[in-house]
Amino acid sequence: MIVIEDVHKSYGNQLILRACSATVSLGEVVVVCGPSGSGKSTLIKCINGLVPFDRGTITVDGVSVASPKTDLPALRSRIGMVFQSFELYPHMTALQNVSLAQIHVLKRSRAEADARSEKILARVGLGDKRDSRPSQLSGGQQQRVSIARALAMDPQAMLFDEPTSALDPEMINEVLEVMQELALEGMTMMVVTHEMGFAQRVADRVLFMDRGQIVEDTPKAQFFTAPASERARQFLANVLTH
Amino acid sequence: MNYRWDWSILFKDTYMGWLWSGLLWTVIISLASWAVALTIGLLAGAARSAPSRSARLLAGIYIDVFRNVPPLVQLFLWYFVLPEVVPDSFGLWLKRDLPYPEVVTAVVAIGLFAGSRVAEQVRAGIEAVGAPLMPAALATGLRPAQAYRLIVLPLGLRAIVGPLTSEFLITVKLSSLSLTIGVLELTAQSRHVENYTFQGFEAFTFATIGYLVIGLCVTGLMRFIDIRIGGAALRKTPA
Repeated sequence: MIVIEDVHKSYGNQLILRACSATVSLGEVVVVCGPSGSGKSTLIKCINGLVPFDRGTITVDGVSVASPKTDLPALRSRIGMVFQSFELYPHMTALQNVSLAQIHVLKRSRAEADARSEKILARVGLGDKRDSRPSQLSGGQQQRVSIARALAMDPQAMLFDEPTSALDPEMINEVLEVMQELALEGMTMMVVTHEMGFAQRVADRVLFMDRGQIVEDTPKAQFFTAPASERARQFLANVLTH
Repeated sequence: MNYRWDWSILFKDTYMGWLWSGLLWTVIISLASWAVALTIGLLAGAARSAPSRSARLLAGIYIDVFRNVPPLVQLFLWYFVLPEVVPDSFGLWLKRDLPYPEVVTAVVAIGLFAGSRVAEQVRAGIEAVGAPLMPAALATGLRPAQAYRLIVLPLGLRAIVGPLTSEFLITVKLSSLSLTIGVLELTAQSRHVENYTFQGFEAFTFATIGYLVIGLCVTGLMRFIDIRIGGAALRKTPA
């Protein structure tokens, strides 16, 4: 589904990604973790072309992201993305947030889009919040609207960039539960997160990144019980002890 | 103070006629130059964040030139210099055939000056409030032009209704500059009345109240717009 091959990326002389390769197969849930500044967010943003990369290839469902011939907006419409800071449109209601791209990208009629949006908002537990603006919602609710906005496009895969990092602790679970449900339904997901509990419950594989490199790419069980690299062991020791 | 107040002059037909006509011209020039400022400012401000390099450069030059030359100097340049440096026939047309040449010149000069200031507000609003949502909009599959039109621009503009109120008010006050090229607007007519009656205080009191009322109307109108489009609510959004 998603194939990353030998991707390099630098800002100025700062090397952000070096020789990153990984695949996410259909229906797989891959968690990407690692210390801050290790390139996780950059990598996930390369997948839908929000961040251009210098070398290597990324293909999504057989379509090359970096190729100038690729219709990038069309490609993006098939991959949902959820951001750390929600990034909802503050001047629109929850419903309008979820309907906008359906109307302008998928060319659904407003009525059709709104009906779909209501269904999805209900699914993420926000059926009664359709007319609320983002500023009237809690962080957890905003993030669920943001997930709904991505789901409304009927994506083939979902990318999550630290979806719970900006949330108060008591709101983290409501977002993780929605994500877990998605995973159980077979959604292909790539999730950058520090929530190791989520990784343990839901992930099929874990990618561990450090200083721009994918240091480890292992099945979940092995990652948590017997990580191959010293760096991952250290990381887990730090993350899991508290 | 030995001044002999005489409010009755304000109610004499002649003087009242002058003052009201001055007020009317002030309103006309203010509204017309604000329309110019808003149009040019929106275009130039949006162009500053356009993908095209030449569009950004062109808008940048406009803003730098018009924002940095005193508006009074600009007014003189448009009125006295422009007709002499353009081809003769066009210069002649400007001087002889253009209807209400002083008023039109004032509107263009003040509008272009204010437009450069509006452009900077628009650019700032887009950069600070609209542009950060660009990646999120693109991620949903919107094309860059759609994301710009549906999200970035509307958000940027909502954010700047407050500062635009100030620009609108400045434009109203700048209309008084047009007396220097012979437009008989409110300030000019007040001086006119003073010259005829020696009752300058009364005349300028009328002018003061006139400007104040126009200003309060502008403030009220902009606040109404701000509330209607939800700009005020947006700025209160906690991070």
